Amino acid sequence: MKQLSSAQIQVISDSPLNKGEDSMSTIKSIGAYIPFHSLKLEVLAKAWGGGSQIGEKSVANFDEDTITMALEASRDCLKGIDKGSIDRLYFASSSTPYNEKQSASIVAAALGLKKDILTIDFTNSIRAGTNALQVAIDTVRSGSAKNILVTASDCRLGAPGSDNERIFGDGAAALLVSNDGVISLEDNYNHTNEIIDQWRVSNQPYVQSWEDRFVKTEGYQANVKQAITSFLKQNKSTSQDFNKVVIYAPDQRSHLGICRTFKFDPKTQAQDPMFSRIGNTGVASCLMMFVAALEDAATNDRILLVNYGDGCDILSFRVNNKLKLDKEYKGIKGNLESKVYISNYEQYIQMRKIIDMEGGRSRPPMVSSAVAVYRDRKMIYQLTASKCTSCGRAFYPPQRICLYCQAIDEYEDLMISDKKGKVFTYCKDQLAGTVDPPLIVCVVNLENNMRVFGQMTDRDPDKIEADMEVDFTFRWIHGAGGFHNYFWKFRPLR
Amino acid sequence: MQVDAIKDKVAIIGTGCSKFGENWGMSADDMIIDSVKEAYQDAGIESDAINAAWVSTVVSGYSGYTISTPLKLPHIPVTRVENLCASGMDGLRNAAFAVACGVYDIVLVVGVEKLKDSGYSGLPEFFFHPAYGQGYTAPGRWALFATKYFMTYGIKPEDGKRALGKISVKNHYNGTFSPKAHFQKEVDLEKVINAPIIASPLGLFDCCPTTDGAAAAILCRADLASSFTDDYVLIKGFGLAVGPGLGKEDIDYQYDHLPETEIAGKQAYEAAGIKDPRNEISLAQVHDCFTIAELAEYEALGFCEKGAALDEIENGRFTLKGEQPVNSDGGLKSFGHPIGATGIRMCIDLYTQLTGKAGPRQIKDPKIGLAMAQGGHPGMLLPIVTILGAR
Repeated sequence: MKQLSSAQIQVISDSPLNKGEDSMSTIKSIGAYIPFHSLKLEVLAKAWGGGSQIGEKSVANFDEDTITMALEASRDCLKGIDKGSIDRLYFASSSTPYNEKQSASIVAAALGLKKDILTIDFTNSIRAGTNALQVAIDTVRSGSAKNILVTASDCRLGAPGSDNERIFGDGAAALLVSNDGVISLEDNYNHTNEIIDQWRVSNQPYVQSWEDRFVKTEGYQANVKQAITSFLKQNKSTSQDFNKVVIYAPDQRSHLGICRTFKFDPKTQAQDPMFSRIGNTGVASCLMMFVAALEDAATNDRILLVNYGDGCDILSFRVNNKLKLDKEYKGIKGNLESKVYISNYEQYIQMRKIIDMEGGRSRPPMVSSAVAVYRDRKMIYQLTASKCTSCGRAFYPPQRICLYCQAIDEYEDLMISDKKGKVFTYCKDQLAGTVDPPLIVCVVNLENNMRVFGQMTDRDPDKIEADMEVDFTFRWIHGAGGFHNYFWKFRPLR
Repeated sequence: MQVDAIKDKVAIIGTGCSKFGENWGMSADDMIIDSVKEAYQDAGIESDAINAAWVSTVVSGYSGYTISTPLKLPHIPVTRVENLCASGMDGLRNAAFAVACGVYDIVLVVGVEKLKDSGYSGLPEFFFHPAYGQGYTAPGRWALFATKYFMTYGIKPEDGKRALGKISVKNHYNGTFSPKAHFQKEVDLEKVINAPIIASPLGLFDCCPTTDGAAAAILCRADLASSFTDDYVLIKGFGLAVGPGLGKEDIDYQYDHLPETEIAGKQAYEAAGIKDPRNEISLAQVHDCFTIAELAEYEALGFCEKGAALDEIENGRFTLKGEQPVNSDGGLKSFGHPIGATGIRMCIDLYTQLTGKAGPRQIKDPKIGLAMAQGGHPGMLLPIVTILGAR
């Protein structure tokens, strides 16, 4: 790759009009994740009263958080991509599992990315996703990195009975920003605006808002209208010059309001914000819509991205070549195809840990050790098996002495998190402590002639059978030691 | 290696047992003292006759002081043994080898477990990897086996559950003749089958209880036994098979038989000179932590052919009045399972039967008894087989 001189970088960065002639900073691959569980809004109406509610929202399982969802979207995005080529990972979320401790590092570890990379968390604003995307594009344009994985994930809680409880959904998106991608940034516009319209104080679980009218008119509508108007003027274009317009909005009505103002056709031109299917996914929302738009985008399409939160980010893209999606790609459409409905409000508040359930006296408490997690990080985060270099057979957990040929210390690492398998035997354990009993315990024979023992998540206990196909998914397993413990579980193929 | 070197070298001359159950009012010390006091009386000795002692416990004490303090042992060798649910039997095994080599004349073996102080039901966690292997239960691990066993032999789940239920009914019935058993109450087959599921297909009555208890035995050189008592039994042989224990991760393991138990059985048969266990063994104590375990152990120990256990359960072979009674005192299911005490409790039942002192549950003229205590779970079993013979 030709390195740009600092003078050239300066020109590009400062240019308000890049118009796609710079093709080195572009999107190469996309991915998305929507949790398996969905909550019909009528369940909330039944719990809290009020009129009938149409639609549903996606809800992260009890063992999911923004790290695990971002990882799923990232795995989707990196299908068919050499992981060794990734030299940065930007993670964006307003609901990170840790206040002090990076999320990006955990996602990078579970992806099995190389170690000499820069990982960054972008947080604390709904714009964190587009912030990360824009910084990634700037980084690649500057020549500091060639391939940056950007992932946005959110799992926000609205207070029980609030509008936010009804509106917020969970999900994640991932985009690979690369110097040899096919979708280029044409132009961008940003502004910052200090306003207290929506916020969450540290250590408070629920997002809070000021009065509805103030939030929607002086906050969202005023800012977004001004930003789009300024952008169109800067870009010397009209609202009709774009094939798709991806607009973040706090809710359906606000979205329709912006479409009406700028005459974006809500049926053909505006990207479906998916409020009635997954809800408002916060930081992930804008990029999930963008991923959905890119799934269908044709060569030469122009796509406008508009995000709001303490100001506005606007990015306009041109599709130089239609994205080639991997045959295993799931994306937005693929994820929406499979779901299970949460049966009642009690199940929902358990899943989202809105109430502390009495753990019962059936099982001893879990224990953990930061030292053991550190020592076994490859085995835990990357699901690394040992592959005997003497007889060729693989084993998990990794063994220094081969079970099959007794060779000592003759093995290499084999990451198996992308393997699929079939259930050999299973049980439904009612005694094991889990939020969603019964615990499904499985012995699974993998496609590469090895066996793994573990738990199954995102499953219907009535539909477990021998020979069912499963893959691996990375999940939160317990909080022993005062920190988040993660590990891989089996999941029926979605 | 001379596998039969132990045969007829060591005698059990006395046994004792605390009440088994939820012993809220008894400490481990209380139960140790109750069991050993009874064993001293049974053997007709006092504590100063003991040359050395072994204590088996998994979670209820550390070191030899577990028994030497409550029993006020006089500065003799005392060893603590831990080998999962086979701990008690491994204490007895190690003590027997020490006597057989001639160093000691009379030794004491005690097994104890105080589980009900913990605040929860079920066993404690034995494996502590933060991510891998935590959060699983013993019934869950055996349920994996039950499901696969049924699949291998084309057994309908309802037929499988009925066969397991009959094992539970049998062991509950046998327990009614054991005043010190945790449960002394018969159960109805339909109630067993319809009980709440613990880990499918295993229901509540397929699982042994969580029990407090202690058991003790006095061993001595066989040539000295008759100087203490006429009621003694002879140790014929042991088997113990501990391997990699990676069956649940080894694709070659089919999860429908118990390889370690088969090997431990063969070792013991060779040591005891038993060629035909189905016909030579008068009665057996097997490790019925779960009913499916007892079923699989019939096959692993050669009491019936592989895949034939359901038929044998149906024809009553292993009932108290059957051809080869199993768990005549109620087994783990009914007598209870204080982990460290269990292997010794099993040998006490054989001792009682082989000396003709079993009262209403006495089996007619038994010659050879087998006891098998087993730690771990399918794929990682730790079975110890002990064969005892009437004098």
